[in-house]
Amino acid sequence: MSRVRPEDLRPLRLGGPSPARRAVDRASVVAAHLAALLVLVPVALIVWHLLAHGLAGINLDFFLHMPAPVGEAGGGMANAIVGTLMLVGIAAAIAVPVGVGAGLFLAEHGGGRFATLVRYTADVLSGVPSIVVGVATYGLVVVPMGRFSALAGGIALAILMLPVIVRSTEEVVRLVPQSYRQAALALGAPHWKVVQQVVLPAASAGIATASLLALSRAAGETAPLLFTALGNRFWSTALDQPIASLPVFIFDYARAPYADWNRQAWAGALVLLTLVALVSGLLRATTRRIVR
Amino acid sequence: MIETRPTPDIAAAPPADPPATPRPSLPVRATESGAASALPPRVALSARKFNLYYGTNQALRAVSLELPAHSVSAIIGPSGCGKSTLLRSFNRMNDLIPGVRTEGVVQVGDVNVFAPATDVVELRRRVGMVFQRPNPFPKSIFENVAFGLRLLGLRNRGEIEARVERSLLQAALWTEVRDRLERPALQLSGGQQQRLCIARCLAVEPDVVLMDEPASALDPTATARIEELILELKARYTIVVVTHNMQQAARVSDRTAFMLNGELIEIGETRALFTRPGKKLTEDYITGRFG
Repeated sequence: MSRVRPEDLRPLRLGGPSPARRAVDRASVVAAHLAALLVLVPVALIVWHLLAHGLAGINLDFFLHMPAPVGEAGGGMANAIVGTLMLVGIAAAIAVPVGVGAGLFLAEHGGGRFATLVRYTADVLSGVPSIVVGVATYGLVVVPMGRFSALAGGIALAILMLPVIVRSTEEVVRLVPQSYRQAALALGAPHWKVVQQVVLPAASAGIATASLLALSRAAGETAPLLFTALGNRFWSTALDQPIASLPVFIFDYARAPYADWNRQAWAGALVLLTLVALVSGLLRATTRRIVR
Repeated sequence: MIETRPTPDIAAAPPADPPATPRPSLPVRATESGAASALPPRVALSARKFNLYYGTNQALRAVSLELPAHSVSAIIGPSGCGKSTLLRSFNRMNDLIPGVRTEGVVQVGDVNVFAPATDVVELRRRVGMVFQRPNPFPKSIFENVAFGLRLLGLRNRGEIEARVERSLLQAALWTEVRDRLERPALQLSGGQQQRLCIARCLAVEPDVVLMDEPASALDPTATARIEELILELKARYTIVVVTHNMQQAARVSDRTAFMLNGELIEIGETRALFTRPGKKLTEDYITGRFG
């Protein structure tokens, strides 16, 4: 390349962009809008489908009654709705304390080799397919217990929730400004008090968001429940007995050769979606309040 | 080091920009019975041949100095000279940085700061600190000041309220926040936040208050209020102020230490240091020839 001497430089022509560049600009904007629109399509399709097929099956009986015996019309999914709430409750009771504790450890003492191992394990765990988690829980809980149970289902869901809670807790705790910690330490607070009184409250909104997000994902899991909670056509709230759940119920009813069951599967899907939407709505409302 | 005869306190000169509203002149002291016995103990600070290393980098080189009780000492010097490091040695905030190593002795009163037996938590309660950027907690104004009290195990709501009020009075913030104690502290202005941090620090009744460029993030009016406050507080506390601002050092301090490249170049009575520096380096710095 021949070197241009600075004194030979001509003034830059400061015209507007060429027509070609304007066209590319337009096209990019249109493409971006189209892509954004495409994100809405699956959601709209799902909601429209569920409403179209599921709304017919929704009535008070659906929420209050047990599944009807084969061949009999009507009945509901009361046991599955309660079962899903219980499973998710068990999972949260296990995964939230463990996950938040581990996330705090990683954020506050995350320098060592052990922390790196924990972080790596959590990342691997979040990539494990949910059906594998179900099979593993079958081997670890169901086989020793000798039967399928609500507890096993809750544990399987907890394992799925854990990595999300651990890593998000670590991240939001790291976001707590160092100046808060310094202020508390300078007042003579021991480290655990700093964490308990300053760091955790400051990070609580983020931790709640992450936990609820993990929870709403777990609520829709089917595969890990097939080998653990199994499903139950009867009313049960016992921890050591198989328990019904909406996803498994939908799975069974959608495959069944009865039109009435298929309709109930649609209704179940609609209820599940509404539950999850309620949780995430609640999540947004609470975090906005806390953050402010 | 330079020794001069005592001269009148030039720090008493009024700040250029007086605050808009008259402040209550520390009614706390007046209302306390037995004012003399209520005064906190007189705690002086000192360092002897003190070296501090960040890894292999030596940040303080054989620093020896004495900072007298119930007076304001200023530490000045260019960025990176070690003045903040020295300040943070008195409450061991440097412990938070990995790879810190010390040699020599630092004393707060009769406490050997870096002795293995020293309880850092107790030390930090006795040696309060105000930071460069106001750093109130994301809590209410009241809870910010009450934080240290609850930390000490105080549970009696009435006593906590009284102590919060007294601390806010001492920090000259009470009249501005008395009717909005439950509002978030982060809604206050920068200068108010810094005075809140001072109140939070005073609430646990420290003997010493360390201030790390307490006004450098504030506007001139807020700065004037902080300086005024420092002058009021020195009757009860031993105060050390690190500052970039030489005028500020001249206005508020009784003694000034000048540091350069981790070494203490000169320490002396403030007026003497600024009018008749004993070292060429000091003179060059205060006349603006470098730094």
